Amino acid sequence: MTDSFKQLIDKVGLPRLTIILFLVALMVVATVNHLPTSMLLSNSLVRIGMNGVMVLAMVPSVQSGAGLNFGLSIGIIAGLIGMLVVMEFKLVGFFGLIIALLIACALGAAAGYLYGLVLNRVRGQEMMIGTYTGFSIVSGMCMFWLLAPFRNPEMIWVVGGKGLRMTLAVNDSLAQILDNFWQFEIFGVEIPVGLLLAFGLACLLLEVFFRSRLGVSMKVAGANPVFATSCGVDVDKMRVLGTVLSTALGAMGMVIYCQSFGYVQLYMAPLMMSFPAVASVLIGGASARKATVWNAVLGTVLFQTLLTIALPVTRSVIQGDISEVAKTIISNSMILYALTRKEGDGE
Amino acid sequence: MKERIRQNAVPVLFLCMCILGLLISGQNLRYVTQELISRLARNWFLVLSLIIPVTAGLGLNFAIVLGAMAGQVGLIVATHYKLPGLAGLITAVVLSIPIAVVLGISAGHVLNKARGREMITSMMLGFAANGIYQLVFLFMVGTVFPVKNPQIMLDNGVGLRGTIELKYCKYALDDLIRMKLFGIHIPLAPIIVVILLCLGIRWLYQTKLGQELRAVGQDMGVASVAGINVDRTRITAMVMSTVLAAIGQVIFLQNMGTMNTFNSHEQIGTVAIASLLVGGATVSRATVGQALIGTLLFQLLFIISPAAGQRLMGNAQIGEYFRVFIGYGIIGTALLIHSWERATSQRSASRQTRGKTLEGTGNN
Amino acid sequence: MDNKWVLQIQNVSKEYGGNSVLKGVNLSVKPGEIHALVGENGAGKSTLMNILFGMPVIHETGGFEGEIWLNGKKAGIESPKNAMEAGIGMVHQEFMLLPGFSVAENVKLNREPTKSNWFSKISGKKLETLDLHKMGADTRRALDRIEMTIDEWLPLVGMPVGHRQFVEIAREIDKADLSVLVLDEPTAVLTETEASNLLSVLKKLAESGIGVLFISHRLEEVYEIADTVTVLRDGEMIATMPKTETKLETIAEMMVGRKIKRLGTAESGRATDDGDILEITDLCVDMPGEYVNGANITVRRGEILGIGGLAGHGKLGIANGIMGLYPSSGTLICDGEEIPLNNAQSSLEAGLVFLSEDRRGVGLLLDESIEDNIALASMISKKNFLKRVGPLPISVLDRKSIREHADKMISLLEIKCTGPQQSVRRLSGGNQQKVCVAKAITMDPQVLLVSEPTRGIDVGAKERVLSMIKKLNREKGITVVMISSELQELRSMCDRIAIMYKGTICGVLDPDAPDAEFGFCMAGKGGIPSD
Repeated sequence: MTDSFKQLIDKVGLPRLTIILFLVALMVVATVNHLPTSMLLSNSLVRIGMNGVMVLAMVPSVQSGAGLNFGLSIGIIAGLIGMLVVMEFKLVGFFGLIIALLIACALGAAAGYLYGLVLNRVRGQEMMIGTYTGFSIVSGMCMFWLLAPFRNPEMIWVVGGKGLRMTLAVNDSLAQILDNFWQFEIFGVEIPVGLLLAFGLACLLLEVFFRSRLGVSMKVAGANPVFATSCGVDVDKMRVLGTVLSTALGAMGMVIYCQSFGYVQLYMAPLMMSFPAVASVLIGGASARKATVWNAVLGTVLFQTLLTIALPVTRSVIQGDISEVAKTIISNSMILYALTRKEGDGE
Repeated sequence: MKERIRQNAVPVLFLCMCILGLLISGQNLRYVTQELISRLARNWFLVLSLIIPVTAGLGLNFAIVLGAMAGQVGLIVATHYKLPGLAGLITAVVLSIPIAVVLGISAGHVLNKARGREMITSMMLGFAANGIYQLVFLFMVGTVFPVKNPQIMLDNGVGLRGTIELKYCKYALDDLIRMKLFGIHIPLAPIIVVILLCLGIRWLYQTKLGQELRAVGQDMGVASVAGINVDRTRITAMVMSTVLAAIGQVIFLQNMGTMNTFNSHEQIGTVAIASLLVGGATVSRATVGQALIGTLLFQLLFIISPAAGQRLMGNAQIGEYFRVFIGYGIIGTALLIHSWERATSQRSASRQTRGKTLEGTGNN
Repeated sequence: MDNKWVLQIQNVSKEYGGNSVLKGVNLSVKPGEIHALVGENGAGKSTLMNILFGMPVIHETGGFEGEIWLNGKKAGIESPKNAMEAGIGMVHQEFMLLPGFSVAENVKLNREPTKSNWFSKISGKKLETLDLHKMGADTRRALDRIEMTIDEWLPLVGMPVGHRQFVEIAREIDKADLSVLVLDEPTAVLTETEASNLLSVLKKLAESGIGVLFISHRLEEVYEIADTVTVLRDGEMIATMPKTETKLETIAEMMVGRKIKRLGTAESGRATDDGDILEITDLCVDMPGEYVNGANITVRRGEILGIGGLAGHGKLGIANGIMGLYPSSGTLICDGEEIPLNNAQSSLEAGLVFLSEDRRGVGLLLDESIEDNIALASMISKKNFLKRVGPLPISVLDRKSIREHADKMISLLEIKCTGPQQSVRRLSGGNQQKVCVAKAITMDPQVLLVSEPTRGIDVGAKERVLSMIKKLNREKGITVVMISSELQELRSMCDRIAIMYKGTICGVLDPDAPDAEFGFCMAGKGGIPSD
């Protein structure tokens, strides 16, 4: 009995098991308290689709050996700029979304390239450097938001007529455009088909990439750099490529997040956004050295469902909004756990 | 000589920035001096609490946030019981020390498990602890802990207010010895405390324990072969740092007079670490002098940058963001330079051992 | 036990995870004696040192068997601290010194004399103040004993390696009850003058009654100062003899050994005159510990060329350099075409394939499956095992053909595993090596460079791996360059054997050349070039 329990822990991993049990408990409380299950499910699906791509961004960076991308905020900023440009020129509908994605992708890739060059020179310290590069860029961009040449009166401060506002509403033709695409309802649960399709497509493309020669070379470079070198793989290039992919995915993930959220939050808002993404992929069973698309999907599903259900459930038990606090505790302890675990590289 | 310039490049650069900012902002010199002195008196202690972990090889201790939390718990209790003045302050310190010791020991254990990743781990420790702190003081006070005190708690009786007036022990230390020089109020008591701490740190490094801390900081392997208990020494360093940070936070808040219950401690880590680095310290080397000078320069920049931003760009907000940017940027840059230098020195070390054999790597 | 010996090692054995690295070693050191312990890479010298000094690595892996006696008393050594207290002083191969500390601080590390003060009376010894005056004086005395004139308060940073070595020795002799001083490869990092200074200091120390245990594979210096020589090979003690009764060449022979039974001699004089396939000129390789310093050699098409030599003389560097794993210079001509160095891809494209001595580090992806380990290298460098995704211009891994190929290799090489999807970390050393061979075959090599193919694997697997390599050479006509520390292995496999000394080829010998000739060559006394 205890043996099989131990085996279960070994296989699923203690934190993941805890989170699954916690999730089950919350679901039981939710049903007992007659909370609107269908609405909770709909919300969970939206949040999974919203956050999924950003979590997915962790996979190439880990696979290439550059570690968990704590500097994802760099990509997030690129995504924000993509959104802002589209909003400034009042581009609408799918055309607007695609332009936003393209700009985000291009800027993300360019920023990721530079960031990758930096990471190549600070091996072993990527996480710390990534975090503070992210922090610096987010705070540096605050000055940019104030000075940036945006003219659209809906976006800039009413008083003074200069500088972008803290929170900008996405116009109606762009907001939730993916969520509403082919959306249908089943048993009272709204399925955001377009959003989930976009996430699914990203997963599929990434999975195909990791089966191609380039993708495998990148994986090998991450798993054992010397082995890769002896196969003629340029390890440094692969790490840069992994960072570029990661940052570009983060940027596009942010565009998807913003359209679903309906608002673009500027200034210090993106500061801590990389941590939940890092935590999600870890919850999905990844480590600092190994992460798969499956880890990202599973982690996003578990984490976002947990957060969606936790809010109304705790509200029905105690007062106040505990979900932000829960998010902080879960994501940071998850990362902490991963950091203190001995890496299984055996050497 | 070249080495000397390189070592002092950061403080000199910041000095230039400060002077330039001062000229641009055109602020009243007396105002700046007054503001600077009171900021120094409240910040120095916190910055000094970072030195011991650096010398013990734990890097920049982002987990002083834990100590700051302990200090705040002490202050919250003291305020709750309406303990006035110095009595309240001493109670807060006395209460916060055991909490800080426990937190420091736990942090030490966690960091011992995360060798080579101490800094990111201590940072995550701070973030995670902050979540638990919020859980306790937002949701458990008034429910799990049966406390009733409308002055510090939210109106519905659960959780603490976002800001708490520390009206009972405000300026308790600052006003202990009143002194005015050229019309500038000087909080002599906190400054004396800082001087005592500086002397204490200097003395520590003349003792056996200090020698062990330095040895562990340079090379854990060598220290361990020499028979030093490395894990224990590192935990000791963390405990000392956390306790000092707790006291530092009490000193900081008695000067502020109000406590942002859920934010005050959070910024402490970044501000203190940036201050230390501005003084020319690195991830592996920090001195008392660097802490003192760094705090001075960083706080000076803090005071003048909004006004400078206003004059230069017509927007005070720019200056505000600029100083946040400088805070994060200096930490990022310092980390970058450190790991760069380490990579280079490793390369040159491998050259030095030219001709050495691979003996012993064979049969494992 | 009488007090005739300062140190006695009795019947000491040690296993690492079922792999026995020391087998019943006995060794005794008299007071005032310089006792040299020699042996090849992996002979077990370092393990013996780690045991003597109670290094944690020993106790983390299950301790050791046997007894250690010091001055006639049995010593239970479980930590470096125990060892120190028992009177063992250790000068480590990697310096155990703190560069930021001064000489005195290093010499007195964790043995600092202290004075009590007001605080320490309350909180204990840790807060006692350091007695700097006494620290300096003690250090001065120790430095004087080994005739070092450096200032005891000088920081170690920037000091030449030679001085650091002396600081280590000063630290050990400062210990009051030091009875035996152990030096692990002390001259490996020294210049020749520094080394000879060191040797004379050691002689002086021995005269003062301390026993010295001196570990080295530099035979000349062993021969110069040792009173007694013990040879270790494959974890076994081969011989202990007074230096006066032995010769340099005998020791060299004993180190490389003759114990393994021959797998049958190579058919010497086999026709391998199809011309040269590889021409290596002025090759220099910057591989730490295995520097190559201007090696020249040609490899004939279809032959098995052996490269031997003692550890540290550069035999490993040759293959690693050619394959672009370490920075190198010189010219490399394969099949008449010059191949750029420092570029793994170009070497691979020329058909050179490397079986690394560092199997787990370079050769394998430990956490990946057997099939991936066999196929991926070939997929990456030769674009095999790929298939198109429908009509799209994208190629992805062809799992089916990888599986088929892996199954074929597993049965061909008799790899013992649960299936092609098992991770290679779980395989035994021998089976891991077979996976490496399978990987190399899959790359379809023209020239196969094999480095230490039998290191760390059991006897049965050894023979299988070697015969596999021979089969590849004979049946597929693959030219083989085989690098090994085991001379007998080379002699049974190769058509010619090149011996390296100090980074250059010292001589190329016939596998049937007399033992003494190999001994001469390895000791740097030149050989008779066979071509």
